[in-house]
Amino acid sequence: MREILSRLLATGGRLRSAVSRDESDGDQLATDGGATVQTTRGDSLRNSLPVEWELVESAPFWLPPVLFAGFFVYGAIAWNFLLSLTDYSGLGGAQYENFDFSMYSRMLSDGTFWQAAQNTVVLLVVFTVLCLALGLFVAILIDQQIRFENTFRTIYLLPMSLSFVVTATMWAWVYNARNGVLNQLFRLFNLEGALVGLLRPAGVSAQVIQWLSWNTTALAAVIFALIWQFSGYAMVVFLAGLRAIPTEHYEAARVDGASTVRMYARVIIPQLRASAVSASVVLMVFALKAFDFIYALRGSQPGANMDILATMMYRVAFDSLQWAYGSAVAIVLFVLALLVIGPYLYSEYRRGEL
Amino acid sequence: MSTGDGGFLDGLRNTESSRIGLYALLLAGIAFYLFPVETAVMTMFKTESAFARTLPFAPPGADGFTLDALATAWNTLRPGLLNSLLMAIPATIMSALLGSLTAYGLTTLSWRGQVGVVVLIIAGIFIPYQAVLVPLAQFWFQVLPGIVEGFINTLFGFLTGGNWEYPSRNGYVQLLQLSVTHAAYGIPICTLLFRSYYQSISDEMIEAARLDGASAFSIYRNIILPLSLPMFAVTLIYQFTQVYNDLLFALVLINEPASQVATQRLAALTGGVVQSFNTTMAGAIVAALPTLLVYIVFGEQFAKGVAGE
Repeated sequence: MREILSRLLATGGRLRSAVSRDESDGDQLATDGGATVQTTRGDSLRNSLPVEWELVESAPFWLPPVLFAGFFVYGAIAWNFLLSLTDYSGLGGAQYENFDFSMYSRMLSDGTFWQAAQNTVVLLVVFTVLCLALGLFVAILIDQQIRFENTFRTIYLLPMSLSFVVTATMWAWVYNARNGVLNQLFRLFNLEGALVGLLRPAGVSAQVIQWLSWNTTALAAVIFALIWQFSGYAMVVFLAGLRAIPTEHYEAARVDGASTVRMYARVIIPQLRASAVSASVVLMVFALKAFDFIYALRGSQPGANMDILATMMYRVAFDSLQWAYGSAVAIVLFVLALLVIGPYLYSEYRRGEL
Repeated sequence: MSTGDGGFLDGLRNTESSRIGLYALLLAGIAFYLFPVETAVMTMFKTESAFARTLPFAPPGADGFTLDALATAWNTLRPGLLNSLLMAIPATIMSALLGSLTAYGLTTLSWRGQVGVVVLIIAGIFIPYQAVLVPLAQFWFQVLPGIVEGFINTLFGFLTGGNWEYPSRNGYVQLLQLSVTHAAYGIPICTLLFRSYYQSISDEMIEAARLDGASAFSIYRNIILPLSLPMFAVTLIYQFTQVYNDLLFALVLINEPASQVATQRLAALTGGVVQSFNTTMAGAIVAALPTLLVYIVFGEQFAKGVAGE
């Protein structure tokens, strides 16, 4: 892709005359064959342009889309906050009067909210850390100048192209208690009984492993499947990071006599910090949004054992028609997301990346 | 292969066993990432009797092979697939085009304060959609219909008799609403993708064109747009996958059974009380087909979109 770009840039002179031919008054400059490009520095010209003129000229391009998206994003969030201060049930029109924080105080004394909040944080932390670790490991493996690299990469990233609903359908079959893939595998090696026995002291009395119904395993099952789906993403990000590290760093470590493990631990992996940060931000956002996956995985099964704030919000607002309460849960989720992305965006801004 | 750009087996590169170990790990990776898909494919071809006889990931065997489950799933999902495409394709094109325009306005024509706008846009990528769901439903089903009805009945009251109704019960209108919603929420990520790309285009070329008297639009039309075609490919592929795969917005915005999208129909198939796994697996494969095809054909571009390059 870079080649295409540079080739096109090389033909800039030709493009430029094509541009000026479109304009009726472009003749005098179109013939100079790119001399202007050489002599006029873009910087000095830019400084000579008044800011207001730049704003007026660029606004028609970015303002309409920004207003369009901004209405749906920020307008909707503000509206959502307003709704969370009412007691709107979702039937008829909302009454925007008597604003108070009763929905939030109700939330504080709601056990299912705390369960969902706890699950969200556990999912956020465990999923992100394991995903990064696995992604880094796979990226290092792929970086060993292997054959068929493209094939391996394509297959490792494939789960990410599938929708949450599709992967949830597949994993529902893997985790199915009666004759699911996992339980049949355990049965094959005569391990199922042993595992059930292991869990018996914890008050389990079932004959088979009920991955999605037991409190101890439900969230772990969700996390494992999400790692399956998204570790390929971490792999891609880390691979790009590894490829950006100059060869000399490997050679210097070698010359210093560092072992392979030491080289990676001391020299290479520390340089992947930026990749790790950006990957973990995106992974955490995936985790906060994992609604589709849990919704489809749980199917018609009741139970809050794998509830996260995202699924709780939907259940409260759209299944039991408590829109104001659902809005309040959504605001908590939004604040949680802000806590993740706020520092990230700020550091990107400080580094001049924005 | 010998001049190392590093790698942890560099020192051992010539030893056969370490290479074998490496490939064994990589193959184990393939098994890990493919086994649910492989199981789904094997399961969808099985009859009920083969189901009991064989392991889930084993092939059905000659006498246990059937296409019934596939046919059932196909018939259930087909209208959903059409709706999904009808909704996702316009949404994808709209958000890519608008993202490209936004990125152009925010990079090549730079002005002080644009960083603030960029931060607001990028933050839009990361917001949890739950935080906008309730207002979204209210906007499409209450506020907008109210405004449009009032507008039309006031202006054309003599034609409508003053009781024209916004057709929000119409399935196609709901699909259109969903499509517009996806287009709006796709703008931030599309802007980000195009922006990093446009930053690599030389200022001088733009300035020269400007000196030649080219308008901002003609610079976009004649220089930027032709240059961005590869990026359009990346963005369209990535964004199509995202929109097609979504369930949440569809659940909230589409309640007409006839206009349900594929993910909705698959979720209903999966969540049903009676579960025959050969049908649900066939459903998963059928619903995944469009994005699987896109991924197999354009895998490289998809990876670029994922990595935000």
